[in-house]
Amino acid sequence: MVIHTDVICPFCGSLCDDIEVNVESNKIVGIKNGCVISRSKFMNYDVERITYPTVDGKRVRYGEAVDAAAKTLAEAKRPIIYGLSKTENDAIRKAVYLTELIGGAVDNTTSVCHGSSILAMQHVGSATTTLGEVKNRADVIIFWGANPIEAHPRHLIRYSGMPKGMYNPNGRKDRYIVVVDVRETKSAKIADQFIRIQPNTDFEVLQALRAAVRGEAIQGDVIGGVSVSVIRALAEKMKGARVGCLFYGLGLNQSEGKHMNIDAMYSLVSEMNLHTKFAVNPMRGCYNVTGANMVTAWQTGYPFAVDMSRGYPRYNPGEYTAVDMLARKEADAALVMGSDPAATFPIDAVRHLAKIPVITLERKMTPTAMLSKIVIPVATSGIECDGTAYRMDVVPLKLRKVVDPPEGVYPDARVLEDIIERVKVLKEGSE
Amino acid sequence: MNDIIVKGGYVYDPSNGIDGEKKDILISGGKVVERLKGRGAKIVDASGMVVMPGGVDLHSHIAGSKVNTGRMLRPEDHRKDVVPRGRITRSGVGYSCPSTFVTGYRYAQMGYTSVIEPAMPPLGAKHVHEELNDTPMLDTAAFPLYGNNLFTLKYVKQGDMKMLKAFVLWLMRATKGYAIKIVNPGGVENWKWGRNVGGLDDIVENYEVTPRQIITSLAKVNEELGLPHTIHLHCNNLGVPGNYKTTIETMDAVKDIKPKKGRKTTIHVVHVQFNALDGDNWGNVRSGALQIAKYVNAHDHVTIDLGQVIFTDTTTMTGDGPWQFRLWNLSGNKWVNKDVEMEAGAGIVPYTFRKENPANSIQWAIGLELALEVYDPWRVYLTTDHPNGGPFIFYPKVIAWLMSRKARNETMLEVNKACMKRSTLIDCYREYTFNEIATVTRAATAKALGMPHKGHLGVGADGDVSVYDINPRLWRPSMHRELEKAFTLAKYTIKGGELVVRDGEILSTPQGSTYWVDAKAPNDDELVKDLEADFQKYITINFRNYPVEDAYLPHGIPVKLGVKN
Repeated sequence: MVIHTDVICPFCGSLCDDIEVNVESNKIVGIKNGCVISRSKFMNYDVERITYPTVDGKRVRYGEAVDAAAKTLAEAKRPIIYGLSKTENDAIRKAVYLTELIGGAVDNTTSVCHGSSILAMQHVGSATTTLGEVKNRADVIIFWGANPIEAHPRHLIRYSGMPKGMYNPNGRKDRYIVVVDVRETKSAKIADQFIRIQPNTDFEVLQALRAAVRGEAIQGDVIGGVSVSVIRALAEKMKGARVGCLFYGLGLNQSEGKHMNIDAMYSLVSEMNLHTKFAVNPMRGCYNVTGANMVTAWQTGYPFAVDMSRGYPRYNPGEYTAVDMLARKEADAALVMGSDPAATFPIDAVRHLAKIPVITLERKMTPTAMLSKIVIPVATSGIECDGTAYRMDVVPLKLRKVVDPPEGVYPDARVLEDIIERVKVLKEGSE
Repeated sequence: MNDIIVKGGYVYDPSNGIDGEKKDILISGGKVVERLKGRGAKIVDASGMVVMPGGVDLHSHIAGSKVNTGRMLRPEDHRKDVVPRGRITRSGVGYSCPSTFVTGYRYAQMGYTSVIEPAMPPLGAKHVHEELNDTPMLDTAAFPLYGNNLFTLKYVKQGDMKMLKAFVLWLMRATKGYAIKIVNPGGVENWKWGRNVGGLDDIVENYEVTPRQIITSLAKVNEELGLPHTIHLHCNNLGVPGNYKTTIETMDAVKDIKPKKGRKTTIHVVHVQFNALDGDNWGNVRSGALQIAKYVNAHDHVTIDLGQVIFTDTTTMTGDGPWQFRLWNLSGNKWVNKDVEMEAGAGIVPYTFRKENPANSIQWAIGLELALEVYDPWRVYLTTDHPNGGPFIFYPKVIAWLMSRKARNETMLEVNKACMKRSTLIDCYREYTFNEIATVTRAATAKALGMPHKGHLGVGADGDVSVYDINPRLWRPSMHRELEKAFTLAKYTIKGGELVVRDGEILSTPQGSTYWVDAKAPNDDELVKDLEADFQKYITINFRNYPVEDAYLPHGIPVKLGVKN
């Protein structure tokens, strides 16, 4: 048996890097340190795998699938490439290059998740930190519309709640944890204070909190179901923090107000720095959605929703985002990787997706794979191939390869490289 | 690869004492050679033109988490400068936060072939190298941040220079870094509590050390280890009127440190324009450049670069979190802060330097005063601290200002009158020669970096050459617009013996090399034990996952040191 230590878990944005994986004759037989989700990912990554490529549901050779994919993309007028968040950076680099070659649009899952965070950041900026500063210094922690115990199970243990740090020698006891949510989640139960707000009132409550921090008058006694005295007390608690950190999740940026909620939160936290040290960090979901933003940004200038149809990158969320390109029935072909839009997109978008030729790079049979014309199996990044992924706080980590992929199954980057080579040949002389 | 003859140009190669001589440059196997063996060399006709070694920029923020966050933050910056895909070039965006490919192309188009990323947070080192791998046409190196690192502070506090030395070398290897970068020493650590330091003798909280101790300890260790470059320092009090005093004090603090054998310098102070302010506040700010120039002229242990201001909209980004916070308060523009656990931080604020703004007009003058009043071009280098003073694409404008008093005066008449009143620029009659331009943009920077194959055209030098279409024999300062044009798009750029730019057009996009210092102290084992214990306690990634593996540098060039402890 081979024991791999310090392995990075390729599941959520926490990218825990202390997993121990036991491998026996190319099979994972046990893991240590991982959360329940991590365990499930490592132990079941090879269950019900797609092991051969298909075109129109028929088994084909790898080369034929690559040819068919290249032809579909090269002939399309308005192709999109979507997903990218559950793969490593090299594959993302190639996906952006491929988009450029075919004059398509490239988008990642940010557009249906923390896209509103990026819009707010582009509007007002944001004061952030890597998670170690939180571990070592922060004594007031607020989770807003986030439920780490269930979504990022080891976040509290490794970074934000329990760990002993340089200036938090007693761990949990040195931190005051507040949870703000519309219902009493599991995370709320372990907090020092739970503030229940009415659904879709985040913006009002945040603005009231901003007013309280500024010492301004607040009209009314109750905002979003929260008594103004509670809001004022929270403002004082925040101002009295040695160092504070606000973590928020999709509860905030998918409810009414969307990017305006985040705008209010980022502004609040920036202004908190006039009183004490405060940071705000999004709880990113997919393990490398941050990498998808980063790579797309360094290659094109923009983190998602990039259109290359004019030969240079253009950015417009709401226009070049995959959901919108599909719902408008504008996209005429799609390549999907590291995501399952048929399971997660609004029905109008999925209907159109089902009508156009779709190429899916996947490990298992997903709704998207089922409606795809071409399916190419790929290796599991972080288990069957290495690469780089970025943690939710933009800390890069090198993913490990601990087992070999099935025969004839390649990493995303290799498959994209092969498609790129074919597309180049097909496009030669056409421009 | 074909041999190349750069034929008939006026060659400016200050390292070899060649000042505008008509001379052929022969290149074979990627190097400058004395004679070519075979026939069939490609002839590059440089007659009537200026020939220089490829440009070497020792301070330009081109890669890593801070730069990329700047890109994400500023779609409005990209939209005014888009770059379509070419036959062999990638598309992208330009201006103050250019995409990686465009960064490489535009530097090469200006005749630059080596560029240094001067602020690499160690925890994000992999990110820096990933971006450099997507930045074509340039040789690079990156400087890890040491000045607020937990271990630096710890060993300085303990006064343990042996461990500090071992750590300096360990972190160079771990990050694949090249030189010691220090940003607002102590101030960035204090910023983790929302505070700063106000001078060299302020206290870094919880460590009871001072910025002075951090700077002198690192400078001493740097010279004793014999690292190729001196410490690369962003001073305390950046952007604070009156700060020229701190800057001079800082230079003076290291004057007695014995430099490494073979050089006289012990400190490089970066983007001094931002640290040469006199006055008490932004209302009565005036230039402190003369005082600094006077100090530098009298002390040969100091080198500086300009951080020249360009009148345009740009994106300020530094590892100096508390300064960027202050700039947010001054400007009201959007602000990003990024603290990096136990070692560094960064901030980003978009900023427009305006001609009508009195302070900005004085800042513009300060950069030029520094360049003109420091008499030794081997110790003052042309930078804009890209993108802080302005995007690097404006270097040709700076060259025009330096070579032509007429160009300076034309701008001076357009800017706020405070510029004339509160700086001495109007009295600067000096005009740079081509030889001096070659010095401050390549020869001297390469020398300061300790890169013996760069910045000159002697036999054995790297085959990096730029040719500019301007005839130095016919040059008059009134021709500054033509000069600016000639330096904007090189007639030819040769990189590693390959012709990569002709008439400003990209012909080939080779990937350059990344230099890093590969050395280990004898007490490395002891150090690693100490690091491992602290990592477990204070850092959120495991010790083993921290270093940058060799695979991140497909074209890495390790630089060895003969280390004595």
